[in-house]
Amino acid sequence: MQTEQIKEPIWTNATFRSTVYQIAAIVIVALTAYYLFTNTTANLAKQAIATGFGFLSREASFEIGESMISFSSSDTYLRALVVGALNTIKVSFIGIILTVILGIIVGITRLSTNWLVSRISAVYIEVLQDIPVLLQLFFWYTIFNNVMPSPRQAIIPFDGIVLCNRGAYFAIPADHPAFTYMGYAFIAACLISFFIRRWAKKRQERTGQIFPIMTVSSALIILFPFAAWFVMGSPTQMNMPTLKGFNFVGGYNVSPEFGSLLLGLVLYTSAFVAEIVRAGIQSISKGQREAAESLGLRPIFIMNLVILPQALRVIIPPLTSQLLNLTKNSSLAVAIGYPDFVSTSNTTISQTGQAIEGVALIMIMYLTISLLTSLFMNWYNDKMALIER
Amino acid sequence: MKYFKMLTMLLSVLFILASVTVFAGTLDNVKKKGFIQVGVNEGLFGFASPDAKGVWQGLDIDSAKAVSCAVFGTPDKLKFIPLSSQTRFTALQSGEIDVLCRNATRNLTRESQLGLNFVTVNYYDGQGFMVPKSLGIKSAKELSGATVCVLQGTTTEQNAADYFKKNGLEWKPVVVESTTAIVQAFASGRCDCLTSDASQLASQRISTGKPADYIILPEIISKEPLAPAVRHGDDQWYDIVNFAVLAMIQAEEYGITSKNVDEMLKSEDPQIKRFLGVTPGNGAALGLDEKFAYNIIKHVGNYGESFDRNVGTSTPLAIERGLNALWTNGGLMYAPPFK
Repeated sequence: MQTEQIKEPIWTNATFRSTVYQIAAIVIVALTAYYLFTNTTANLAKQAIATGFGFLSREASFEIGESMISFSSSDTYLRALVVGALNTIKVSFIGIILTVILGIIVGITRLSTNWLVSRISAVYIEVLQDIPVLLQLFFWYTIFNNVMPSPRQAIIPFDGIVLCNRGAYFAIPADHPAFTYMGYAFIAACLISFFIRRWAKKRQERTGQIFPIMTVSSALIILFPFAAWFVMGSPTQMNMPTLKGFNFVGGYNVSPEFGSLLLGLVLYTSAFVAEIVRAGIQSISKGQREAAESLGLRPIFIMNLVILPQALRVIIPPLTSQLLNLTKNSSLAVAIGYPDFVSTSNTTISQTGQAIEGVALIMIMYLTISLLTSLFMNWYNDKMALIER
Repeated sequence: MKYFKMLTMLLSVLFILASVTVFAGTLDNVKKKGFIQVGVNEGLFGFASPDAKGVWQGLDIDSAKAVSCAVFGTPDKLKFIPLSSQTRFTALQSGEIDVLCRNATRNLTRESQLGLNFVTVNYYDGQGFMVPKSLGIKSAKELSGATVCVLQGTTTEQNAADYFKKNGLEWKPVVVESTTAIVQAFASGRCDCLTSDASQLASQRISTGKPADYIILPEIISKEPLAPAVRHGDDQWYDIVNFAVLAMIQAEEYGITSKNVDEMLKSEDPQIKRFLGVTPGNGAALGLDEKFAYNIIKHVGNYGESFDRNVGTSTPLAIERGLNALWTNGGLMYAPPFK
């Protein structure tokens, strides 16, 4: 009898209540989304505005200036969007790598004891951080267009490199099967180096002997592809850029749009990264360095084994956010004519009139890239996290 | 920033479409708020651009003024909303503007898929090419291998692709979103060639700062009938905008100008009497004042006056009437009878 009285009614139970509230919240959100969706489609139908993603398989009938895969105006809108997506990924990927490298260099030189070096880094950081990135993009694009000569008066510092207002052209080796094998050899060398590294680490833990991993792997990575090239008959023919009609043909072209976008994004973002790196390094107490020095570690080991592993814990989260910013800022490409995802989507929207679908695709695309970057950086962060013993 | 703009655009479309009462009775809505919201170009000399005093001038502006005169009797009940070629149709769909007078090409896809209807054409245009004189080119057929600057969000991208494909020419587009940026890129030599509607090329040639250094090639590669547009589904409003623009064309055919319109009121010609509302009927049929055509001609002038004032041979654009002459003079401008 007594237990019956103490037992509370179900609606006062904390777990039950919170479950009900959560379900109610989800239902409201879902209903609102459903209402917006059905109402929008109904109204679009009423106004005779086309809906759906059927347009993706129709002929795009516009051209794209630069593409990593073959594209012509008779391909579909879907392929046009893929071309745009690849261009976005290309500029973001190269941009992220260069930003990290430049950011670390500037961040470390900012802490240099050399007055001139640290001042130069400080000015670099302050100036580039404070100018909106869109202006920087316009600046570099204008510089490219106005300073560089026309193709007919192109600057050719030496054979194989051409600079003009159509971009930079580099001579590249002409097509030959040997280069495919060199690629395989490179991958093989990387794999072997990875296993050697594991073996060397184990051996060092067991016996204390240090194996020169860096030297051996570098040698492998350089020698393997070279050997493949030699075995395949050492082709030396080059694909040279030559002036034909209005423009140069042949070679590898870095367009002014790509160049100024990459330059603008890298310079801007690396200024932020530099500050993050400096903060990371300064967050390690002086005692750590002094302790490492008193153990007799060489400076390179102090940096690699003591300072950086601890600093990275501070650096990685804000770094991730900067790298995501770089990816998102790459959508400013549309202002200077680089055919990124936003640009090709814009054209698609204006030709098909399906703005809602187009903008939804743009958002999904950036969300996916950002989440993937985030995922990778979180994994790296976990790997770098301090393991308490 | 671009990203943010997109997001707000999408959200506003969603919300405005989700709220219900946008479509019914544009005329009543407009009368209630006391002005007409017009989507115009951000700045295209001759068609829609603010003059030195900040007053909007141009052929498209005159079409909008005609609508204002038809509805309110005066040309000044307008609120101009500058729109990029990207956002213009969305603005109309979502109800942000009542009428779009922004040199938009009328075509099948737009008419059938975008939920809008184009009224009568107020300028017959066609796409052309502009190149620096120094290239020594006389025809667009010699453009093989050229880099071409193209403005985004227009029919130009597609026309250019079609033209080069048809003629088997290699080319490379540089597609830029803003008009100023594209002219700058072209003037600095980034492209060998700039392609756009011929009327815009005339205006952009002036914007380069050195008009004498550039020539417009003879080829016209497309038909670009530029027309104002209204939302699909409001037939009364469609008729009003349509006949407001047509009234200017009809007035030119009758020889009625802003200067002689008061004398014309005394005309004995029954057609002119009907047209100017001396004999009532037309106004009531459209749900407007009987004097609507008189007000348009009095305040804005006829089509010929508007053309000469904004883009004609006495202006820096110096465009001939050509296709835009009256049908009686070998052009395409033709209004159905006002009866």
